[in-house]
Amino acid sequence: MIGQSFKMAWASVISNKMRSFLTMLGIIIGVIALVVLVSIANGATSSVTDAISSIGTNLLSVTITDDKENPLRLSEMDEVLDLDHIAMAAPTAQTSLTASKGENSESAQITGTTADYLSIEGLNLASGRWIRSSDVENNTNVVVINGDLAADVLGVRNTEQAIGQTISLNGNHYTVIGVLADDETISMSFSSYEAYVPYTSLIRIASSVSSGITSFVCASASDDEIDAAESTLKAWLLKRFDNDDDAFEITNMSTIADTLDSVVNTMTIMLGGIAAISLLVGGIGIMNIMLVSVTERTKEIGIRKAIGAGEGSIMLQFLIEALVLSLLGCLLGVAGSWLILRLIYLISDFNFPMDPGVVVVATAFSLIIGLLFGLYPARKAARKEPIDALHYAG
Amino acid sequence: MIIFRDVSKIYHIGDTEVRALDHANMHIRKGEFVSIIGPSGSGKSTLMNIVGCLDQASEGTYLLDGQAIEDYSNRELAKIRNRKIGFIFQDFNLLPKLTAYENVELPLIYQRMGKKGRQERVEEALNRVGLWDRRKHRPTELSGGQQQRVAIARALATHPSLFLADEPTGNLDQKTGRELMDIFHELHESGNTIVLITHDAHIAAEASRSIKILDGHVTDVNDASEITEVV
Ligand SMILES: Nc1ncnc2c1ncn2[C@@H]1O[C@H](COP(=O)(O)OP(=O)(O)O)[C@@H](O)[C@H]1O
Ligand SMILES: [Mg+2]
Repeated sequence: MIGQSFKMAWASVISNKMRSFLTMLGIIIGVIALVVLVSIANGATSSVTDAISSIGTNLLSVTITDDKENPLRLSEMDEVLDLDHIAMAAPTAQTSLTASKGENSESAQITGTTADYLSIEGLNLASGRWIRSSDVENNTNVVVINGDLAADVLGVRNTEQAIGQTISLNGNHYTVIGVLADDETISMSFSSYEAYVPYTSLIRIASSVSSGITSFVCASASDDEIDAAESTLKAWLLKRFDNDDDAFEITNMSTIADTLDSVVNTMTIMLGGIAAISLLVGGIGIMNIMLVSVTERTKEIGIRKAIGAGEGSIMLQFLIEALVLSLLGCLLGVAGSWLILRLIYLISDFNFPMDPGVVVVATAFSLIIGLLFGLYPARKAARKEPIDALHYAG
Repeated sequence: MIIFRDVSKIYHIGDTEVRALDHANMHIRKGEFVSIIGPSGSGKSTLMNIVGCLDQASEGTYLLDGQAIEDYSNRELAKIRNRKIGFIFQDFNLLPKLTAYENVELPLIYQRMGKKGRQERVEEALNRVGLWDRRKHRPTELSGGQQQRVAIARALATHPSLFLADEPTGNLDQKTGRELMDIFHELHESGNTIVLITHDAHIAAEASRSIKILDGHVTDVNDASEITEVV
């Protein structure tokens, strides 16, 4: 019987394509809104959280704003390392310098740091090696560059060829010892040219960088210890800077990740909610048309009842018709969403994969809406008295 | 099989009361061929719709196979309409979007009969009315006579024991009407009960018994001359 009811419902949907399409439009738009918005929100979330987790959620970053005439020395980094829960620490100083080789010259962001920086920030090398402690101690002129710098200033495509070459930073000759792998996540820096040199070496060539450390990063041994690491670090810094907690600022990456996560989650829920409301409106559209359809087809209902259709059969026929409308609308909506997400990818290069979870939710929602809003018209059709229905003039 | 005891059907239109059937009494036995005659508006269709379980009496008792009709549930009534009764209407009442085949198949679908069984029944019924080769036509692509034959095939398909025909020849020419009557005679001869409403005195006379209705009052017709009087 369900199979037959489905056939009847399908015949009725097909026999008036334009009306069926307009009826489904509400559901189609609702599903597109739901799937596209949630997919975009999820895509944006995952690229942001990917960026954060590639840096690491065990990362603490410290900025010293007031050194109390007693700046932090490089040697004091060892004291930080000795603190409980802290596994790695590296000072950072950043400046912009001109990187050049022969005719080629580009402005690059140079970071002065030490050996631990690579692991703390979760960077990867494509070729060569990272800065060693000996490089820092001897303030040797060695540099690790990124792929763009190798390509545009050194003019090499193969990163291996860059190793051992000389590059000039504001006129000082540096030997390239390593090339970073291209970052597949969204870059946090604005310049596409990046280079890393020993901290001590940067002090010499950049006037803005002094031997007093103004910022450093550290990593806890594991993600779980991050909060413990933060408190021991804070205690140490308070002691170091006359108990003034305005003298420094600690940024906990896992806190940032959590905050971002909850902000994005709230946004996803809000967008999903708005889309769900439009789906609901689509459901009301279905009920409206189904009621019109039941009235229009009173005579048909009368004939069916006269030849022996029970209330259940009539009810099933109209209920399934509402379900077919809502599920077909959902299917078209999902197809439309896929097209729109593809289009966004083609136009903007942002690839937001369709979220299978939200497709399931949209389908379930459409099913419930079809059932809910189909029930009343279907009942109305089933309850008609055969003789009244048969004599309905239209 | 059909017994009416003081059956009345009352319609209220505004303040006035119309008695379409007024204390009607009648008895139709199994295997009878009964014609019902009466002028337009006398209550023939009202009576037929009550017999066919499409409508219910306002007063009185209608016993179908010994059981009062109000004792049947809605589901049972649907089943009776589906299996026991073959209703043939004056204006055919075919579903316009379905083909002849699908129209005949429909009551069998409501019986939950399997596809193969349905196919046999539809073929048998459409062959009986000589329209198997028109099975793919929709009602609008058929003449009035052909549509009525499809409607008869639809009634035949379920093998009911009671055929109710409300002026089945009313919209047809004489030759087609004749063909339909031949079908009814065949059905009668094979043991079915037939109740036929007609305006036509010749057709009414073909039945083994006639009942006349005047202003909702039902009486038996005893001799043939009375038929022509009424119609
Ligand atoms: N649904 C209805 N509402 C009001 N009056 C009706 C209705 N159906 C039939 N009638 C009235 O009942 C009477 C009998 O009608 P009907 O049984 O159709 O007559 P017939 O079939 O003999 O022409 C008529 O006077 C008609 O106007
Ligand atoms: Mg009539």
